[in-house]
Amino acid sequence: MHEYSIVEALVDRVAAEARARHATAVHRLSVRIGELSGVDVGLLTTAFAIFRDRTICESADLEVQSVPARWECPDCGGVVGPGTMLRCVRCGAPARLAAGDEIVLDRIEMEVA
Amino acid sequence: MCDTCGCGDPERVAVDVHEKILAGNERTAAHNREHFRERGVVAVNLMGSPGSGKTAVLEATARGLAGQRLGALAGDLATDHDAERLRIAGIVARSITTGSACHLDAGMVHRALHSFPWRELDYLFIENVGNLVCPAVYDLGQAVNVVALSVTEGEDKPLKYPVMFLKADLVLITKIDLLPHLPDIRVEAIAEALARVMPRPTYLTVSARTGAGLPAWLAWLARVRESRAAPAVASSPGSGPAHP
Repeated sequence: MHEYSIVEALVDRVAAEARARHATAVHRLSVRIGELSGVDVGLLTTAFAIFRDRTICESADLEVQSVPARWECPDCGGVVGPGTMLRCVRCGAPARLAAGDEIVLDRIEMEVA
Repeated sequence: MCDTCGCGDPERVAVDVHEKILAGNERTAAHNREHFRERGVVAVNLMGSPGSGKTAVLEATARGLAGQRLGALAGDLATDHDAERLRIAGIVARSITTGSACHLDAGMVHRALHSFPWRELDYLFIENVGNLVCPAVYDLGQAVNVVALSVTEGEDKPLKYPVMFLKADLVLITKIDLLPHLPDIRVEAIAEALARVMPRPTYLTVSARTGAGLPAWLAWLARVRESRAAPAVASSPGSGPAHP
């Protein structure tokens, strides 16, 4: 359950930003989690609810945007369906993961004095 | 807005960050990778389920690469057993005891290097914690990711754990000496599952017990070494069984 370490890194990053901006509270975090990132959104949410206690994120909501996996052909741009052979049906090139591996902090809403 | 009216009340602001949450780990991994590159050490992140044969593969690798300088860092929740086995096999090895952590991260590897003679090595094997989920998320600074998958684990493991296999430069299908006892397991079915989760499915079949397939694995390692940590070159050409 590495989601705890992800949350730890997230809260550390947010705390650094909050310190730099002299924030008094953090209200909301927006993160993007890809389907093939290896992070489970449910576990991440649970881990955040536990870990945020006694941190600057104590009263913060975690907004998670899930990103579906999207494979495409690097040569012709054709879409390759997930669950199929990861090769372009038109030109045979190995597919490239165009979206779905994100573990990204997008936005922090905080209160500054 | 309170900054305009001057009442002194706090103001709510939105800060756009758009940064990888594991950016810190990636910085440390890049630092490790630079160290390895400078010293010409090929770092191999070896992952796989508990009991998939990671340690046995390394023991067999030590027999096959006698004369080369091999080192290993063995991630282990609680014991020194794997590192002890590797030392007996002639590999300079130490454990990274992770406690309850289910994976290694770049910082753990970096700290372990401080008290480990890694600079003198040809290959540094980082035997990750046995787990098909969490280790896939953390870059350690390795040149290549290798995933051990034993034939006893079942044909559909790549489909159940796509992220792990997506990150693999090479899959070692291990314990093939057991295939005669496993009538329901076909290597072709494992290969087909790999092709659904790896754009360039690359695998080798090995038995650490009989030595079957080991020359191809050793040749693959040698190619990685020659290409100095360029996984895209090491795992080409194309799909199917790796042809070193």
